[in-house]
Amino acid sequence: MTIRVDDDRPPAGVTRREFMVGAAGLTFGVLLPGCARVATMDSPSAALATTAGNAPAFSPWVSIATDGTIFIQSPAVEMGQGSLTALPVILAEELDADWSKVRIVPAPPDDKLYGNPGFGGVMYTAGSNAVRSYFQPLRIFGAQVRRVLLDNAARRWGVPVGELTTEASVVVHAKSGRRLSYGEIAAFAEIPAKAPEIKPEELKKPSEFRLIGQDVMRVDLPGKVNGTARYSIDVQVPGMLYGAILRSPVEDSAPAQIDDAAARAIPGVQRIVRLPFGVGVIAETPWAAFAAKDAVKVTWDRRAPGWGFDSDQAIARYAAAARNLETAGKPWDKVGDAAGAMEKAATVMEAEYRCDYAYHAQMEPLNSLAAVSPAGDSCEIWVGSQSQTMAVTAVAKALGVATDKVRLHDTLLGGGFGRRGHRDEEFVVDSVLLSKEVRRPVKLMWTREDDVKNGRFRPMSAHFLRAGLDASGRIVAWQHRVACDWVTPYMDPVRYKGILRENDVIAIAGSEIRTYDIPNRLAEQLGQDTGIRTSPLRGIGFVANKFATEAFLDEIAQRRGVDPVELRLELLKNTPRAQAIVRAAVEMSDYRRPRPGRSLGFAFVDYSNTMVAGVAEVSVDRQSGAIRLHNFWCAIDPGIAVQPDNVIAQTESSIVYGVGLALTERISLKDGIVQQSNFYDYVVPRMRDVPEMHVKLIQTPNPPTGVGQMATPLIAPAVASAVHGATRARLRHTPFIPERVRAALSA
Amino acid sequence: MAVDFRVNGRPVSVDVPNGTRLLWVLRERLQLTGTKYGCGVAQCGACMVHVDGQPTFSCQAPIEMVRGRSVTTIEGLSPDSRHPLQRAWLAERVPQCGYCQSGQIMNAAALLARNPRPTRAEIIEHMSVNICRCGTYQRIVRAIERAVKEG
Ligand code: FES
Ligand code: FES
Repeated sequence: MTIRVDDDRPPAGVTRREFMVGAAGLTFGVLLPGCARVATMDSPSAALATTAGNAPAFSPWVSIATDGTIFIQSPAVEMGQGSLTALPVILAEELDADWSKVRIVPAPPDDKLYGNPGFGGVMYTAGSNAVRSYFQPLRIFGAQVRRVLLDNAARRWGVPVGELTTEASVVVHAKSGRRLSYGEIAAFAEIPAKAPEIKPEELKKPSEFRLIGQDVMRVDLPGKVNGTARYSIDVQVPGMLYGAILRSPVEDSAPAQIDDAAARAIPGVQRIVRLPFGVGVIAETPWAAFAAKDAVKVTWDRRAPGWGFDSDQAIARYAAAARNLETAGKPWDKVGDAAGAMEKAATVMEAEYRCDYAYHAQMEPLNSLAAVSPAGDSCEIWVGSQSQTMAVTAVAKALGVATDKVRLHDTLLGGGFGRRGHRDEEFVVDSVLLSKEVRRPVKLMWTREDDVKNGRFRPMSAHFLRAGLDASGRIVAWQHRVACDWVTPYMDPVRYKGILRENDVIAIAGSEIRTYDIPNRLAEQLGQDTGIRTSPLRGIGFVANKFATEAFLDEIAQRRGVDPVELRLELLKNTPRAQAIVRAAVEMSDYRRPRPGRSLGFAFVDYSNTMVAGVAEVSVDRQSGAIRLHNFWCAIDPGIAVQPDNVIAQTESSIVYGVGLALTERISLKDGIVQQSNFYDYVVPRMRDVPEMHVKLIQTPNPPTGVGQMATPLIAPAVASAVHGATRARLRHTPFIPERVRAALSA
Repeated sequence: MAVDFRVNGRPVSVDVPNGTRLLWVLRERLQLTGTKYGCGVAQCGACMVHVDGQPTFSCQAPIEMVRGRSVTTIEGLSPDSRHPLQRAWLAERVPQCGYCQSGQIMNAAALLARNPRPTRAEIIEHMSVNICRCGTYQRIVRAIERAVKEG
């Protein structure tokens, strides 16, 4: 979910200076002696101070208590990716904090203070972008706080500040042997009106890091092995009722007729509510709410555009649109003169690829708990959303109140993968609408079936690619036409119209191939108006678009009679960093060694400056068409790794996610209605389906880039290449379900 | 009619309609929310508990099934979170979002109770009942092997 593919553009929306001034406005607070809240605060080794009443009542970035405890706010929500911990590590590094004294506090919604510079300054955890965007501002801020502590110690001792150094949470004057702990300084410190200026060259060198690169324990982990970790679905408040909603199967459709007689007869049902997009049920127990929802019978109006949509038929239309060169698409990656160079090329190759809709399947079905006040003029919500800002704003809008009337209690997220970060936050609003009806707290839960049927999907896409080769076989022209449903205008119209300048980044990202040395190229989007609900899904456009580009390169290599790896190395000749990652993957997989009965395939991806390369080892059962993935080797260069083991964990995770998208996961629609409903027909990888994964992290002294989804796009093209090696068959349509493999084998 | 049973060693009595699933009783009546709802149809294992030591999908078990029996949830696996599997889970840094992990640990505990030295193939076979959408599978295998070794 990257929003900036070109890294040289300044962070959109918020300039660095504004960000620093915003942060410097409250900079850090010093908790003075007698602050009872801190004295009684007891946050065990977990080092996670929750917002549930025991966190300090203020919200600056850093607070240092006189006992030495350092509270650091973390603006990132935690959905398994680790940035709740990683961001405070960055700040603590430059502050030179003793990590054992750090308590992490989830930051409250406050865009001015905590907004993500990578997302125009809203609080939004997505796009593998938290560490990447906050890295430099948090380092500078940590260094500023440290400088204030040094200045205070220098004043107290009457020595030049240049004679002072720090160790973990201690200021040291080596000459006199004097020492003051940060807590001791906090007891007398004065905070300057203006934050001290820190130049980038005053920051630590990577060789001086004590925390970055050390894999501190993620603060959320201890609670995740004993059942105490709290997700929104676990929250209970006094007087709470349970809600369920039968939503229209097609977006923008409304109930025409409702028959709720059977639902009303279920004991414990309190209220049945007509909503613009469905029917809500409020009951005393979850089982009554679910049963009543199942018992409601609705006929829907047929006004929504999505009715009648059939994905099997539509994909042929998408393919025709992609092939129809008469119609220009919306350009995304445009360099040189692709059309002109194509005409002059000695050979033109063409290929088509397709990808089905895919569903997030985050493990915790969507849910939210809302408590609207009796007067209906304020609201508390308990929810795990990828954007604190969007959640609060959507709720305020639904109630017609100011955002400061909405109090958010954020919780851990049982997976996000892009599903919990839509601008409308529809599942949160669901809970608010029901609570508003009864003016009591309502925990609204979607069943897994609701979560699938009301899913918002990675778009379906058809890709038509053309490559012009000169007489020597060099690729001189490249065209990639992507026909797919629109995504960004649907999932976040504000960002689409605003900082994205009407680029459908979520769908088209990854069609750029800027790292490859191809002088003339054009990637363009042919957006399809379908009325189907779409979403950023882990890997966003990269998964489909890199499948198409990498699989096509595999075909070009074959045509030219060169090894696919050699072709990549040739194309990457201007990017040594990328070449290094290709070579690492080749070496770790022992790529040149033949494996009887098995075959290897290769893919490379530059994902917003994180370089990844992968090798898949597969065998194919020609009878059944089943593909077995035995091993996957992946080399990743994300620049500096703040939490190296977590980078590896995220890479394993994104490989597994890619395996599902490549082999089994598929949503289909008939008459606009999702055909799948649960894990028996939406098939995600299980332990027995995943390959042995070998991940090599190669750190380079580049600013940290994303790690949360970078390997996902590697799997489909690497597997397709390996299957071609084993069978000579070309797989052109993800997922590679057995019937498609059999069809390719007999083609 | 009230159903009496034991949860994590403690006697409890609940009055809910017959057929109510153990999962929702544990979570919403007994406040044992470590046991999770993932699918409701015996497909994901997020709801896994032990009933008289047997791994059981609590989303399937009707409440009357546990009458007079003994249920163990993740909260009762160990008094201090120091069950060998829990320690191994942290040592291998298994959890990501964490939502599936109670079920994973309970199913792994049931495996080790029955088969203290499982082979890798046995682990994979047994644990393929549980879905982890964050894809922590490789670390789960490592953690189980570590727990076997370190006990
Ligand atoms: S919730 Fe019981 S198996 Fe999924
Ligand atoms: S850790 Fe997220 S589903 Fe397993």
